[in-house]
Amino acid sequence: MQASSQIPHDVSYLDYKGKYKGLLAWILSTDHKRIALLYMFSIMTMFFVGVCLGLAMKLELIAPGKTIMGAQDYNAVFTVHGVIMIFMIVIPGLPAVFGNFLLPLMIGAKDVAFPKLNLFSWYLYIAGAILVISSVLFGDGSPDTGWTFYAPYSFRTGTNMLPAIFGAFVLGFSSILTGLNFIVTIHRLRAPGMTWTKMPLFPWTLYGTAWIQLLATPVVGITLVLVSLERIFGIGVFDPALGGDPILYQHLFWIYSHPAVYIMILPAMGAISEVIPTFSQKHVFGYKAIVASTLAIAFVGYFVWGHHMFTSGMSGTAQYTFSILTFLVAIPSAIKVFNWISTMYKGSIALETPFFWAMSFIFVFMIGGLSGLVLGALATDVYVHDTAFVVAHFHFIVFGGVGFSFFAAIHYWFPKMFGRMYDKTWANVGWIVFFIGFLALYTPMFYLGMQGMPRRYYDYLEQFHSANILSTLGSWVMTFGLAIIVINLFRSAKSGAIAPENPWNGKTLEWTVPSPPPVENFDDIPVYGEKDGPYEY
Amino acid sequence: MYILASTQASNFVSGVDRAFLIILGICFFFLIGLTLTMVYFIYRYNRKKNPIATQITGSNTLEVVWTVIPTILVLIMFYYGWAGWKPMKTAPDDAFEIDVIARMWNFTFEYDNGRKTDTLFVPLNKPVKLNLNSMDVIHSLYIPAYRVKEDVVPGKEKFMWFIPEKEGTFELFCTEYCGLQHSYMYNWVKAVPQDEFDKWYTDTTAKVASATVDSPTAAGKRIMTNIGCFACHTVDGNKLVGPTFKGLYGHEVTVKAGGETKTVVADDEYIKNSILDPNSEIVDGYNKGLMQSYQGQLSDTEISQIIEYLKSLK
Repeated sequence: MQASSQIPHDVSYLDYKGKYKGLLAWILSTDHKRIALLYMFSIMTMFFVGVCLGLAMKLELIAPGKTIMGAQDYNAVFTVHGVIMIFMIVIPGLPAVFGNFLLPLMIGAKDVAFPKLNLFSWYLYIAGAILVISSVLFGDGSPDTGWTFYAPYSFRTGTNMLPAIFGAFVLGFSSILTGLNFIVTIHRLRAPGMTWTKMPLFPWTLYGTAWIQLLATPVVGITLVLVSLERIFGIGVFDPALGGDPILYQHLFWIYSHPAVYIMILPAMGAISEVIPTFSQKHVFGYKAIVASTLAIAFVGYFVWGHHMFTSGMSGTAQYTFSILTFLVAIPSAIKVFNWISTMYKGSIALETPFFWAMSFIFVFMIGGLSGLVLGALATDVYVHDTAFVVAHFHFIVFGGVGFSFFAAIHYWFPKMFGRMYDKTWANVGWIVFFIGFLALYTPMFYLGMQGMPRRYYDYLEQFHSANILSTLGSWVMTFGLAIIVINLFRSAKSGAIAPENPWNGKTLEWTVPSPPPVENFDDIPVYGEKDGPYEY
Repeated sequence: MYILASTQASNFVSGVDRAFLIILGICFFFLIGLTLTMVYFIYRYNRKKNPIATQITGSNTLEVVWTVIPTILVLIMFYYGWAGWKPMKTAPDDAFEIDVIARMWNFTFEYDNGRKTDTLFVPLNKPVKLNLNSMDVIHSLYIPAYRVKEDVVPGKEKFMWFIPEKEGTFELFCTEYCGLQHSYMYNWVKAVPQDEFDKWYTDTTAKVASATVDSPTAAGKRIMTNIGCFACHTVDGNKLVGPTFKGLYGHEVTVKAGGETKTVVADDEYIKNSILDPNSEIVDGYNKGLMQSYQGQLSDTEISQIIEYLKSLK
């Protein structure tokens, strides 16, 4: 921190001219806010690719038989769509973009604990992304195993698996290091007087997430190393032909990948927990209950992975144990929803874009969560497991949950990040078009699953046709809404009205610094007194 | 509710559908109730109507209420899920057993008397136990009308069972992604009354109910249909995962064996070797490792019938 005296206090992080110029000033910057934007633009680029693949899939499914591509291409498309969306967008999404930007600001710190490590994490992200993309562009065909890389199919396919697996491994390290960084930051760098019970809820969810990233991600790392060793040297860990156990692979994969769902959804819940009090101008309802439910989800979330494997051949005891644990993990999520809605009670609600996103988040999250109960119960899971029902469920949670929260967050913190306001009318139009498209795209899949249509089907029987048409039409509407949202935000970042320091009258610390914030955030580190708190209106 | 309209054809349907309806009922109650509450709050407490918010920080009573009630509800849902699933785990001892062989990309059903089919024939109102075997990767056998599904895992002895309660033909899908032709890996279940089943089962002249003539070529075609050859090989000259059978017999084929490329003639010996040891010689332009050996699954007579059929594909 020796250099801090030379950095002017009135220059925003966007305008600051340091040692380097142009692009280098960004990709060599250790400022948490610039790294956040680096993540944002890389994630947006990957998201664009993922959306195009998703559209291609939906277009292929508009009619039975071949529409625009063959089965091999379709299988590659849903694999790469899944890998990109999960490992490069939803897992890093909120923590890497909004966590990086806001965590230090919200707890009154000048940066994260290890700024260089933070930049290194972004480089790992880029390296992992390049590896995955290279598996598509070079070698003997794109990976075609699904994002789950299930053994033994993943050993048998002739496609280019190794770069994709290694890419996911590298992306995992990016995630682990970000988690480590956030844990230390939250423990060591909170402003004086900000006790644990005065920390805002978004940092609390980042804290829960960071522990999952740190403890669960190494498991998938080990698994992917074993898969690589098996592919290269033929050691028999998973392949039954070599004496291995394919079910072991599924256990190891889901021990990480189920907690990973909570890596995705916890920060999304955190962002919603910030948006609702601000736009209701009211103290959040049940602060301690929300914190406790966050930690409960992070903890119980480790013990439910077996619900992905109810038909794979676990013992009956394992099956009903995982079933009951799955039902228990639903309760803290329900508690959060009850507290969010109660926060609105007797509030003074401003109908702004972030609030619309938060409301629609609660709606789609409820559908996603409640449909999860169908999948947690043994009898019903056996019926709809590996059908379109599951695809609908996780898109409601992962895209509905994380995606809607991401858009709530970007519309909420946009003025702080870019120092400009966005066009509210276009933002609202984008929201409603997107919302309608989203429901039309994914709701029919619940119906298809209950009709018995298996997932990952390139071609289907005639009775599944009409619901698939609606789903494809929905994908077009949703993409149109997405285009409105993105274009509006880009235009506004360049030429929107200048944003004030605190446009929404929020009470958390990020609203006490100028928009956009200066390089070192706070001239003087803020101090929390007895009466201060993140939601004291 | 769709679930009530979908085909219900086995002993497990009532348990599964009851769990479904109870869970969906609770879900819809909460979804609609909470959404309406939210919309009402937005209307009642929006800034125009309520310019000043009343600060409320929480209520321990409410937190306890909305922890305890959902806990009771999820335990109820767990119970019905468990109750509908429990009977699937134990097959009765007197069940009629059928071996299922799953491979990329076909299911074959083998009966105790040696009969093999690609359509699963089952007798009505009698417990049927399927012993699940996979020759290559993980598949999953799913019969929506029976509400049953079980993964078919290579190297694991697994089973599923059910009592067909409705006469008719139902879909049977593979629901574990297994590669290129995954979406074409579906067959049919045909549930028929016991006497009709017995007639089919004991009838040795026509091995498939529909096939009445059993010339050597017809026999070969039938065997190949039942063991799933046509999932990967066509008879019309089109290229799938494997080369076409059209015009194969007696013609020259370029193959790769142990790193060297050579030309061989597709004679009886070549075809037999390709069935029993498919990865020793790979036709140029195709991938190794996709086809598994049929060693021990076909008799010499059956192989010669297959060869007779291939001869007819000029």
